[in-house]
Amino acid sequence: MKTVIVVGNGMVGYKFCEKFVAKSSSDEYKLIVFGEEPRPAYDRVHLSAYFENQNANALELAPASWYKENNIELITGQRVSDIKKENKEIHTASGKSYTYDYLVLATGSVPFVPPISGVEKEGVFVYRTIEDLEEMMAYASQIKAIKPNGKAAILGGGLLGLEAGKAVLDMGLEAHVVEFAPKLMPRQLDTRSSNVLQLKLEDMGIQVHLSKATNKILGDKVIEGMEFGEDDRLDVDMLIISAGIRPRDELGKTCGLEMGTRGGIIVDNRMRTSTKDIFAIGEVALYNQMIYGLVAPGYEMADVAVNQIMGNQEVIMPEHMDMSTKLKLMGVDVASFGIPYMPVEKGLSIIFENKTKYLYKRINVSHDGKTLLGGILVGDAKDYNILHQMYLNGIALPDNAEELIVGARGGEGSAFGSAIDLPDTAQICSCESVSKGNICSSLLNGESKSLKDIISCTKATTGCGGCKPMVVELVNETLKSMGKKVKDVICEHFEYTRQELYGIIKVKGITSYDEALDKCGQGDGCEVCKPALASIFATIYNHTANKEDIIQDSNDRFLANIQRNGSYSVVPRIPGGEITPDKLIVLGDVAKQYGLYTKITGGQRIDLFGAELNDLPAIWKKLIDAGFESGHAYGKSLRTVKSCVGSTWCRYGMDESVSFAIALEERYKGIRSPHKLKGGVSGCIRECAEARGKDFGVIAVEGGWNLYVCGNGGATPKHAQLLAEQIDNETVIKYLDRFLMYYIRTAAPLMRTAAWLEKLEGGMEQLKKIVIEDSLNIAEELETDMQGLVDKYECEWKQAVENEEIGRRFKHFVNTDDRDDNLVFVPMREQKMPEPWTN
Amino acid sequence: MEALFQQYSPVALDKVTVWFKACQEHDIPENGGACVKYKNKQIALYHFKRKQKWYACQNLCPHKMEMVLSRGMLGDSEGIAKVACPMHKRTFSLETGENLNGDLPSIATFPVKVENGFVYIGFSE
Ligand SMILES: Cc1cc2nc3c(=O)[nH]c(=O)nc-3n(C[C@H](O)[C@H](O)[C@H](O)COP(=O)(O)OP(=O)(O)OC[C@H]3O[C@@H](n4cnc5c(N)ncnc54)[C@H](O)[C@@H]3O)c2cc1C
Ligand code: SF4
Ligand code: SF4
Ligand code: FES
Repeated sequence: MKTVIVVGNGMVGYKFCEKFVAKSSSDEYKLIVFGEEPRPAYDRVHLSAYFENQNANALELAPASWYKENNIELITGQRVSDIKKENKEIHTASGKSYTYDYLVLATGSVPFVPPISGVEKEGVFVYRTIEDLEEMMAYASQIKAIKPNGKAAILGGGLLGLEAGKAVLDMGLEAHVVEFAPKLMPRQLDTRSSNVLQLKLEDMGIQVHLSKATNKILGDKVIEGMEFGEDDRLDVDMLIISAGIRPRDELGKTCGLEMGTRGGIIVDNRMRTSTKDIFAIGEVALYNQMIYGLVAPGYEMADVAVNQIMGNQEVIMPEHMDMSTKLKLMGVDVASFGIPYMPVEKGLSIIFENKTKYLYKRINVSHDGKTLLGGILVGDAKDYNILHQMYLNGIALPDNAEELIVGARGGEGSAFGSAIDLPDTAQICSCESVSKGNICSSLLNGESKSLKDIISCTKATTGCGGCKPMVVELVNETLKSMGKKVKDVICEHFEYTRQELYGIIKVKGITSYDEALDKCGQGDGCEVCKPALASIFATIYNHTANKEDIIQDSNDRFLANIQRNGSYSVVPRIPGGEITPDKLIVLGDVAKQYGLYTKITGGQRIDLFGAELNDLPAIWKKLIDAGFESGHAYGKSLRTVKSCVGSTWCRYGMDESVSFAIALEERYKGIRSPHKLKGGVSGCIRECAEARGKDFGVIAVEGGWNLYVCGNGGATPKHAQLLAEQIDNETVIKYLDRFLMYYIRTAAPLMRTAAWLEKLEGGMEQLKKIVIEDSLNIAEELETDMQGLVDKYECEWKQAVENEEIGRRFKHFVNTDDRDDNLVFVPMREQKMPEPWTN
Repeated sequence: MEALFQQYSPVALDKVTVWFKACQEHDIPENGGACVKYKNKQIALYHFKRKQKWYACQNLCPHKMEMVLSRGMLGDSEGIAKVACPMHKRTFSLETGENLNGDLPSIATFPVKVENGFVYIGFSE
């Protein structure tokens, strides 16, 4: 039996073990691992998570028991102090010696501490191990105890420095980043993207000091500040040095291995050092005259070393190592790939920048515009995976390469092909080296059947997790191509689409949520399926939100819209926007009495903001007594039918738009739908009511009304499209009944009419056939169902104020009549507003 | 705001020194929740009828520091009881307080017991 000794149990040393035991011939070897740190290898990349949970076990790459189970002798807390090459022997600091057949050095690196005078002072730290973190945290809490607004600086504005910046913020200290270069992350970012990142970080409260050469650490024994120039200093209570890394190559040096001029143990493309039975991997290894300070190259080195030791000579390191990275720095996406920036002789750049949103995107393309050479993304890196793949696989760029970063014009389609078009060799998960071929073939040969299987058998997505969206897409597309249906199921509790569930509930006559879970679902439900079922019950039985309040979305449960500080808004219905002076006075009185902020809404009604939960019933009692009804502004249901004054007053008016708007609003009020519904009626084609921006819009024309459907404002505005022309009032209502009911039955939860139409096979032509020609032979049923809902309408606020049991819902505390003393309002333009959010 | 959050730390069953009589069993809607005031603290109390269990946690959502979790919706994620904040639907495990769909800090949870129709929440101070 041969003995392999690994020195260093860090991320790469661990990966070596993992790859080693996965080989079938591993039981012909004895594996002994030495680690200087007190615990088994842990995930250094996510070290800052330790601030949040202080749970070292959660960071462990594998527990100590794993090493035992795999016959690995793990000796932690033990430094290897010497190598005797001639005898193939190592010595430990405690004086023991061991012999090896192969030796693997995975000793990583240490933070580089520049020789600045005073760095030895108390309060100066480095950031690499869990112990470093623990010391920093203990020190920070000492500072905070005596100085609530203590300050900490990070020396170095590179990747690790900014990571440390997050740690400082998490510790509750004021954070300063001091960088020698004139920009942040000088290696990965160009000046403009660096500026964008800086703005964002400053917005988050981190102060950035660029072009500063620190020449002295001030203070007696304890750090008090940093000195840059003569009169230039920064007072700080703590300093974290993050000025780069130095390989831990002392073992190699003392035993005479060939070293790089600036450190690092030189290795060839088989990870062999100058002595053939000694290997070096990870951050201690100098390959191609470079130290690779990232995990992915380190993992690849581990793989090569394992293969070489076991005799698979053909597995070697690639000539060129990809140093692309995608990170989340304090919640900000930052990615760079390929050649991030370059002079024009080498290629041309397409740059998009929007400082108001802290966005920067840059791609570099070859002079002929055909190949992607690299790029930078700051603020939004969701396209990183696919851009990175295009770069790695040399995929030809589309004609309008700018669409890769600014999105395709006209339509929401993306300029990218999908992940399924990539070659099989494309590496999807670079942390675990999983290719597209690995994923697809595992599904095709039946080894895996789902995303879960893929993750457990390939380990894809378990590293940095950045590849997850692509893996999901590949799994779904492959399953689809195999004829397996990938359904838009509601959630883990109901394996049906909303439309299917609608059918089941109706046929089985299910009337409560628990009954639905028991008969066709599983588990205990969640915030996705509860409101979806509430909406289905409302459609079938016109249950108001009071019937089963605990399955309603919060707004429906309290019959009011929750606002920024947990107070509520009150919106009574004002059909068609028509209101008498007397009712206006009532609104004014109520608002004054309860101190509410008032504003006219976009739907021509009046919104009263800032009501406390406890006051809602009393407010609504007053409104109902004055003849108002709920406006359902909180529900996925009809909001308003907006109108212009039409022929009643307007000199251009062709018909009475207000009267018709009121009639439509009265008809459809209270009906629950997959999403909110809005309508509009204009008296002529000048369209003052903006009816074509609504889910349904009616415009008076010569000879009747034109009916438009499936428009909306909001994030992706869509104009409603013409459904029927020159029809009379009754026909408008008939078509609307059919259209609305068909939408309510078949749309997915939270899908508005425009998105629904886009998904409807056959589109508008098909919709016309169904609504006008009754091609599905369901028109009568749709009309009857709608009439049923209309007949069953009840104002749910009336129910609530008349029923004491329901009234109890509106108390902030169950055990006292006290009010929520955390509600804070501040004055604004003669009214009030909630205190602004600070986080 | 942070100070508000610091007020709440989880209490394990064996650390309970005070059983606070919060309300009667029927004061809390089945499969729903309500808010209980204890000293200057706001505690969300839930009756998860489907699981035959009671849960209590801080009412403060760590996302935007609003006192709203008692108005959230109950549910489970692969069997773990959770509550979804009514504001932006962040979900938290009612067993451990952990944020299940993001990386917000955990919320504090408290032991609950029911005796003779009364509901008690366990505190250590
Ligand atoms: C805060 C932080 C964030 C990071 N973020 C990222 C990121 O987002 N993406 C990325 O790709 N990389 C990141 N990195 C870099 C990544 O962690 C390293 O590339 C990786 O850990 C290198 O692995 P290694 O095994 O070579 O070294 P290490 O993980 O440092 O392991 C070396 C181990 O060997 C031990 N050792 C050394 N000498 C001896 C001896 N003589 N005897 C016994 N034991 C010894 C050391 O104690 C150490 O435990 C980050 C690093 C830090 C510190
Ligand atoms: S849409 Fe026509 S009828 Fe209505 S207000 Fe405008 S101009 Fe007058
Ligand atoms: S546009 Fe946005 S900010 Fe304005 S009310 Fe609507 S959701 Fe709120
Ligand atoms: S305040 Fe709770 S999720 Fe935003």
